[in-house]
Amino acid sequence: MFQRILIANRGEIALRILRACREMGIETVAVCSEADRGADYLKLASEAICVGPAQAAGSYLLIKNIISAAEIGNVQAIHPGYGFLSENEHFAEVCHSCNIDFIGPSPEAMGKLGDKVTAKEIAKQAKVNLVPGSEGLIESEEAALAIAAKIGYPVLIKATAGGGGKGMRVARNDISLKTGLKQAAVEAEKAFNNAGVYLEKYIENPRHVEVQIIADLHGEVVHLWERDCSTQRRHQKLIEESPAPNLPQSVREDICKAAVRLIKSANYTNAGTVEFIVDKDNQFYFIEVNARIQVEHPVTEMVTGIDLIQQQIRVAAGEPLPWKQRAIPCNGHAIEVRINAEDPENDFRGSPGRITKLRVPGGNGVRWDSHVHEGYVVGPYYDSMIGKLIVHKPSRPEAIACMKRCLDEFVVEGIKTTIPLLKRILNNSAFVEGRMDTTFIEQKLLVK
Amino acid sequence: MSDSVPPGDAPFDLDKLKQLVEMMESHGLTEVNLRRGDEQWRLRRGPREVIHAAPAQYAPQQFAPAPAPVAAHAPAPAVAPAAAAPAATAEASGLIDIKSPTVGTFYAAPSPGEPPFVSVGSVVTPETIVCLIEAMKVFNQIPAEVSGTITAILVKSGDAVEFGQPLFRVKP
Repeated sequence: MFQRILIANRGEIALRILRACREMGIETVAVCSEADRGADYLKLASEAICVGPAQAAGSYLLIKNIISAAEIGNVQAIHPGYGFLSENEHFAEVCHSCNIDFIGPSPEAMGKLGDKVTAKEIAKQAKVNLVPGSEGLIESEEAALAIAAKIGYPVLIKATAGGGGKGMRVARNDISLKTGLKQAAVEAEKAFNNAGVYLEKYIENPRHVEVQIIADLHGEVVHLWERDCSTQRRHQKLIEESPAPNLPQSVREDICKAAVRLIKSANYTNAGTVEFIVDKDNQFYFIEVNARIQVEHPVTEMVTGIDLIQQQIRVAAGEPLPWKQRAIPCNGHAIEVRINAEDPENDFRGSPGRITKLRVPGGNGVRWDSHVHEGYVVGPYYDSMIGKLIVHKPSRPEAIACMKRCLDEFVVEGIKTTIPLLKRILNNSAFVEGRMDTTFIEQKLLVK
Repeated sequence: MSDSVPPGDAPFDLDKLKQLVEMMESHGLTEVNLRRGDEQWRLRRGPREVIHAAPAQYAPQQFAPAPAPVAAHAPAPAVAPAAAAPAATAEASGLIDIKSPTVGTFYAAPSPGEPPFVSVGSVVTPETIVCLIEAMKVFNQIPAEVSGTITAILVKSGDAVEFGQPLFRVKP
């Protein structure tokens, strides 16, 4: 087991990893930027080393400074947390060449799954569903009609040179496909100088369902069930829960097994998440792998009883996974809300400042993962999340009631937070009935 | 110094010591002297280590090897952000600190056995190399970036230094 680990991150995830290490008797070296110097959570580390200025490019993202800190801190391993360098293949390679263990997948596995093309190849080999589509550009109207017949309407006509939502139109039948193709080609030529278009099945109002996996260095891979993260705004998750509501047990089993097949195929090790979208017929399609521990990992920890961070460290230290798949439960229902320092009344603009008052809820089944406290100054340099509130109850209605009760108790003064929006969502019938999809918040709830 | 106390006698109050250290830290105190009858405690907190003097009647060797309870609660780890006090002093008296631009190991001289790049009293210009900081086997030459005279050298060869740590004090 490692004696000393460096945590190459900040804020709540750094604190999370610090706590896990302290429980395991592992010494810790925390790094900080000048903006985070003096933060309370750093006092829980055996050592804190300032690695650069507030701007992450010169500190948390600067590989040479992180590695130097690891060297003078005398650590055997680095935990990268999430974001920052956690999915940086080069960083993982540098760690290895400096004889420091990287608590995460190998650079090779990270690279394979980080590339969209190779990831899709691996998914195909592992017999994991991808979003169906034309395998290349549309050559003729006949070909397009045939492909649409095969994959089924509605279909999305996409400009190959497009991006960011540009050059996409939906076709719901043969007639609209024929006219759509002509118009799309003309628009694409004008906008991107490239008339090439291809087809993809249009998944309407998809749900975002992801599977937590963990694999040891001895070939064992298990899943720790799924999380539903459909409650999003501008592709940022607001609420996550496990298990996914209203998903038939057979679909849950299939999607989790598909994730395990894919991970095994890629020779991936340590913790990771396989993301899928699920359509209204409960068909699921592979999107991508997140080759790191994720923000919403506590949701899985509550329903399985497994400490994911500690398990990551054990896997990296060479220990075999201590349970077989059939022994991994999914008990009760857990919901997490992310609390951000943002002003919902002003287009969610960041709301930095000093937290002058903080009263955090508690009670049966309540967990608060956060580095902030009364007096803490939320700066403008990093993401706006100040903490994660997680509840765990025997059923989903009880979890929702608990979360509503908690958000009513919650007091934060000095900064604005997204708590009012979270309360609205939890009171919305679509959420309560488990009918959330990724378009709901922006297209229905936030439309005045 | 006094005779050693027989083991099991006159208990050393770890709880009280811990409370004192925490109080010193939260109130920013650097020295505390307590006296009650024959019992005297003196605690002094420096920028990067907790120094404490043994109460008069206890043998120094019971304290000398930096007792774990104090070290564990010491607010200032081995490579800590420099305490506010030295920097404030530097500014207050019109001195400037040369701060480390990187993370690594400080070396005062180009190689062992050679004289140091600068000493107290050396005159520097912005381009003067004042030290080396070794990071990942690369020795970085650190320029002064200020003009003036070195009045103090705050670290020694072999010390681990962090970003922003004051290395030299300069009178401009």
